[in-house]
Amino acid sequence: MALIKEIDYGTPAPRVPDGVELATVTLTIDGQTVTVPEGTSIMRAAQMIGTTIPKLCATDNMAAFGSCRMCLIEIEGRGGTPASCTTPAANGIVVHTQTDKLKRLRNGVMELYISDHPLDCLTCAANGDCELQDTAGAVGLREVRYGYDGRNHVFAKTNGLANPDFIKKDDSNPYFTYDPSKCIVCNRCVRACDEVQGTFALTISGRGLDSRVSPGQNDPFLSSECVSCGACVQACPTATLTEKAVIDIGQPEHSAVTTCAYCGVGCTFKAEMRGEQLVRMVPWKDGKANHGHSCVKGRFAWGYATHRERITKPMIRATIHEPWREVSWEEAIRHTASEFKRIQEKYGKRSVGGITSSRCTNEESFLVQKLIRQGFGNNNVDTCARVCHSPTGYGLSQTYGTSAGTQDFDSVEDTDVILVIGANPPDAHPVFASRMKQRIREGAKLIVIDPRKTDLVRSAHIEADFHLPLRPSTNVAMLNALAHVVVTEGLVDEDFVRERCDWDEFQDWAEFVARPDHSPEAVAEYLGVSADDVRGAARLYATGGRAAIYYGLGVTEHSQGSTAVIAIANLAMATGNVGRKGVGVNPLRGQNNVQGACDMGSFPHELAGYRHISNDVVRKQFGDMWGVELDAEPGLRIPNMFDAAVDGVFKGMYVQGEDILQSDPDTVHVSAGLAALECLVVQDLFLNETATFAHVFLPGCSFLEKDGTFTNAERRIQLIRKVMAPKNGYGDWEVTQLLAREMGLDWNYEHPSQIMDEIAALTPTFANVSFAMLAEKGSVQWPCNDAAPEGTPTMHIDKFVRGKGRFMLTEYVPTDERVGPRFPLLLTTGRILSQYNVGAQTRRTANSTWHEKDVLEIHPQDAEDRGVRDGDLIKLKSRAGAIALHAKISEKVAPGVVYTTFHHPDTQANVITTDYSDWATNCPEYKVTAVQVTLANGPTEWQERYDIFARESRKVAVEPAE
Amino acid sequence: MVGILEDKDRIFTNLYGLHDWGLEGAKQRGAWNGTKDILSFGRQWIIDNTKASGLRGRGGAGFSTGLKWSFMPKEVREGRPHYLVVNADESEPGTCKDREIMRHDPHLFLEGCLVASFAMQAQACYIYIRGEYVLERERMEAAVKQAYEAKLIGKNNIHGWPFDLYLHHGAGAYICGEETALLESLEGKKGQPRLKPPFPAGAGLYGCPTTVNNVESIAVVPTILRRGAEWFAGFGRPNNTGTKLFCISGHVEKPCNVEEAMSIPFRQLIEDHCGGIRGGWSNLKAVIPGGSSVRMIPAEACEDLFMDFDALSALKSGLGTAAVIVMDKSTDLIKAIARISYFYKHESCGQCTPCREGTGWMWRVMERMAKGEADPKEIDTLLEVTTQIEGHTICALGDAAAWPIQGLFRHFRPEVEARIAQYRSGKPFVQGHTLAAE
Repeated sequence: MALIKEIDYGTPAPRVPDGVELATVTLTIDGQTVTVPEGTSIMRAAQMIGTTIPKLCATDNMAAFGSCRMCLIEIEGRGGTPASCTTPAANGIVVHTQTDKLKRLRNGVMELYISDHPLDCLTCAANGDCELQDTAGAVGLREVRYGYDGRNHVFAKTNGLANPDFIKKDDSNPYFTYDPSKCIVCNRCVRACDEVQGTFALTISGRGLDSRVSPGQNDPFLSSECVSCGACVQACPTATLTEKAVIDIGQPEHSAVTTCAYCGVGCTFKAEMRGEQLVRMVPWKDGKANHGHSCVKGRFAWGYATHRERITKPMIRATIHEPWREVSWEEAIRHTASEFKRIQEKYGKRSVGGITSSRCTNEESFLVQKLIRQGFGNNNVDTCARVCHSPTGYGLSQTYGTSAGTQDFDSVEDTDVILVIGANPPDAHPVFASRMKQRIREGAKLIVIDPRKTDLVRSAHIEADFHLPLRPSTNVAMLNALAHVVVTEGLVDEDFVRERCDWDEFQDWAEFVARPDHSPEAVAEYLGVSADDVRGAARLYATGGRAAIYYGLGVTEHSQGSTAVIAIANLAMATGNVGRKGVGVNPLRGQNNVQGACDMGSFPHELAGYRHISNDVVRKQFGDMWGVELDAEPGLRIPNMFDAAVDGVFKGMYVQGEDILQSDPDTVHVSAGLAALECLVVQDLFLNETATFAHVFLPGCSFLEKDGTFTNAERRIQLIRKVMAPKNGYGDWEVTQLLAREMGLDWNYEHPSQIMDEIAALTPTFANVSFAMLAEKGSVQWPCNDAAPEGTPTMHIDKFVRGKGRFMLTEYVPTDERVGPRFPLLLTTGRILSQYNVGAQTRRTANSTWHEKDVLEIHPQDAEDRGVRDGDLIKLKSRAGAIALHAKISEKVAPGVVYTTFHHPDTQANVITTDYSDWATNCPEYKVTAVQVTLANGPTEWQERYDIFARESRKVAVEPAE
Repeated sequence: MVGILEDKDRIFTNLYGLHDWGLEGAKQRGAWNGTKDILSFGRQWIIDNTKASGLRGRGGAGFSTGLKWSFMPKEVREGRPHYLVVNADESEPGTCKDREIMRHDPHLFLEGCLVASFAMQAQACYIYIRGEYVLERERMEAAVKQAYEAKLIGKNNIHGWPFDLYLHHGAGAYICGEETALLESLEGKKGQPRLKPPFPAGAGLYGCPTTVNNVESIAVVPTILRRGAEWFAGFGRPNNTGTKLFCISGHVEKPCNVEEAMSIPFRQLIEDHCGGIRGGWSNLKAVIPGGSSVRMIPAEACEDLFMDFDALSALKSGLGTAAVIVMDKSTDLIKAIARISYFYKHESCGQCTPCREGTGWMWRVMERMAKGEADPKEIDTLLEVTTQIEGHTICALGDAAAWPIQGLFRHFRPEVEARIAQYRSGKPFVQGHTLAAE
């Protein structure tokens, strides 16, 4: 395996808006004729035929800048030496990229560069990966006549005195360093921060020779606005911005393209290796989800894979009060299988079950549900999508016919109006947020519906046209009010509705939403949003051109989550915003493989491809393939499993790669359920919170150690590749297979690709998917079958998958969780950029530098009323429980609303959340909990008790020394 | 008669601030007279007459003003308003003509803004005033207020062309006088030149069609239109017509600003208006005729020199802003150019490498050459660097930094060589030494 080198075309390809065909131009470059789309730069055209023009400030993910003056060319009949990066190709021109004059000019510029650059190439971290070095070689630089004694920013001292132009290295950021002495002021980092990431944290301060890259106002990187996405590091052509890992280890020697295991965006990276050591993750430009961009998690936070707390040996114990005992794989698997068999014999076939993981691969999820359906003989399988996007699956399949978003991410480039509801992409889906922000800066309008003033509402060069800060739990009322405006003001796209949807159902719906009690005026006070704003937003959405809805867990995690998803689907249909580029309904998935885990039949009522278990034909197809008769009765959902466990009828559970204790709501109830199990098997990298109640611990492996596929939020199936041997000995799919075989099943997979073949054979939407095909195409969006051999970027183009689009009535039923005198505030929960989900991975990396503990955001007024100052330890109490954490006074939340994250187990934010859940799918209501905040003296009793228990429970028995 | 231009033909009749700068005084001198009639002839007529007058841009490049206006789109497209931006960021060393217009004849200038904006269908005009021009800004603010109050400009003015005028005060960077850097700065960004194309007429301020003109170019337009294009075209040599403000500084008896006919002979300009060269004509050593950025010309070339665009470019120099810097024989030319090099090094925005690194390096070498502390071979290296910068950067600041040095060596190379030789022989040149010896 060699190091993958991507071609840098120097300037981006010209953008082609949907429905526009670009003209082409033909020109001659160094005697070779080339035809390129109009608007292509000469530099790019040259690279397309393999001619590399020397360049330093140009790179193909940002607009041409034209400042380095290395890429000069000559065009016959035109005077001067224009820069090839900024000169568009034109018909019939004859270009020369190398002449004596150009050589002299380039040499001269390079000489000037080097006269102000340290010559420590041999000991430089970029040695071997330095564009300045390469370009100096390319232009034939042989001497620097100017000497090095002049004014410079290279040496700490000149003539024995401190050099005022010298700035010492900034190593404040945990992942990379900034060494101003190596900077050649190409502006690539600044432009990457502006154009690619959209944070605008960097600038060039000073002018002329005083030009210096400066984060904020000459702040250290760490304390500046920098979000550590790594775009600047990737853009830097020298060692000015360098990963600390490269400084430590050296340059990588081989690499493989793989997919990030964090959020649902599904960025692809080149894992650059030296031997079995990961040196760095570099975003892959051909990645269709991220187009060469990354965030602080995917780019840098991979150190957990080799963290010292990682468990690599299987462990078992008889009770959770005993210390763990390390055993061989054989013993662990044998013990597990015998336990499940014992329990089933004693308590019946349906007394065991399992949970698939949204963080594991499609193949692994498929195997776990197969083990449960084929081996355990029941349907007690569920997945963590239950607690995040199950309403999406339900709502979109009811209305449109598929349980997935309608678009690809690229669609945002054609969007005119972006409606974001209940999602915070800059924190939770940062790479997609950057693309969204690019589009907003290009002029797309933005509507944000969120109780919090998220970064999208107003940040550098971004401002929402409408921010509707509704009270948590009122999404459906809000969506109905928007629909009311659309219907009553005659903004419905009638042609679309008549052609594509069921007209009778539409009329029922229109009559329903047009009722006066759904008008913005009627609900204004309840929503806490002025009617004018609601009307304005509705008009903008309906009439502003191509409008797309992006939503997240702020929609689904409510007791009306499914209703809200349906309301969103209705709104998009009524305004004709489905089935084209730039429109659609786009759920932003939380975890890397939520979509995939759902696709793989992880739900208790569905087989792979969202086909109901009660469907005899489908069930028989699976049963025949697996050689068993499948249970036709849907199994238990996650919350039901806990209930059944407490009731004493559910006794054994196989949990792969999920920390249900920390992530599921109402921790007290969950822990009671777990404690009631006779055999809890946890397969994970670390002894997570759930493992404190486990009897068997099977060490898992990270995404770097196995092959497989992930499916991201846009239905894109992408490969992950094994770049190092599993530290625990087996890939997670192999562990499941070992267990299945011990349970007596005849499984003989030698590679995950064979599992995918089985998935493809059983699932119509995956029919043409195979590892070979993914390796060739890079990725594909399902449905991918004979009807759509290239996959399906946009769904429902000519007709809805279910036939006619279905309007459904969305009556708003308020949650039973109400504020009152004892619990006057509403708590809503979410994420922060640097941490991921339960934090098992990110907490074990330097990402904690940015967020070392969960804090409670509280509005200054509410804080004042309670005598709370910034940083005070406070007690947060709900009807379910109480925790203590520190307060952060913030105007991001409205008065009456408090906000926290659930990344840290010592906080246990889910002790607070209740077990109210979505009426259709049991997706828990994380986003709405009535709470009270008071000052605290220390951790709550629960926290203290749990802390002691967890520490005891994690102890591993040590063999006495001989 | 003193000079060529008669008083009756002067456009800037209050150049020296002897009269009332305010609206009343300006009106008495003819400003705002018949403006509505001018507009009533239509925009094509205005552009045609401006072209016919031969007015060439007074900011230094000398491009036909009328022609530039004609590059603006004919129709205003929805959501893409047209803008007039006036470059009052007068920072070229030696130049102080726009300053005088803004101080003493602001209304003539404002009237020009209205007429030019009308001609280009701009309903907003931005005037970008140099950061150091505080008094001028205050004077302009007062004049703009007067004009608004008299309903000469504004949304609902008596001229029937809704028009707003905004003053923007720069922050003191020379580069912001470059038109695209000025636009960047006006937009609130760091003043760095933009790549062209697109040219401002296609995508300028906020991406909309924009024309950037010099203060003087705009201020002379109303008078040209009142008195006729032929009147203006009647001054100067063909292709170099009109009247022009000259700013004469340096070693003349009486440095001054003066409005004169274009193509006035250099010697007449100096002797009629400035009382001659300090120490007599024969004491002249060299002249920088168009602001610090143009190449100097030696005394011999000044004998029969017409002060206009074409005559000076024939001498590989330029009329530039018509800031005439006169240097007599007491001048240490090398030191003078070293100082100019320092200026360009200090003002380089740092975007293009040749300019960022090259200006610094040229300055350091020039400083050494002023002392003689250099190798004779370095002269050629230095000249080579200037050719590498010239024409190879995004904006013309690189050229501006290269030309003074090229001018020095073109005409006075032996002087530099002598100084180097002197230094190498162990008797280094000391500042002021030549003066004392004479």
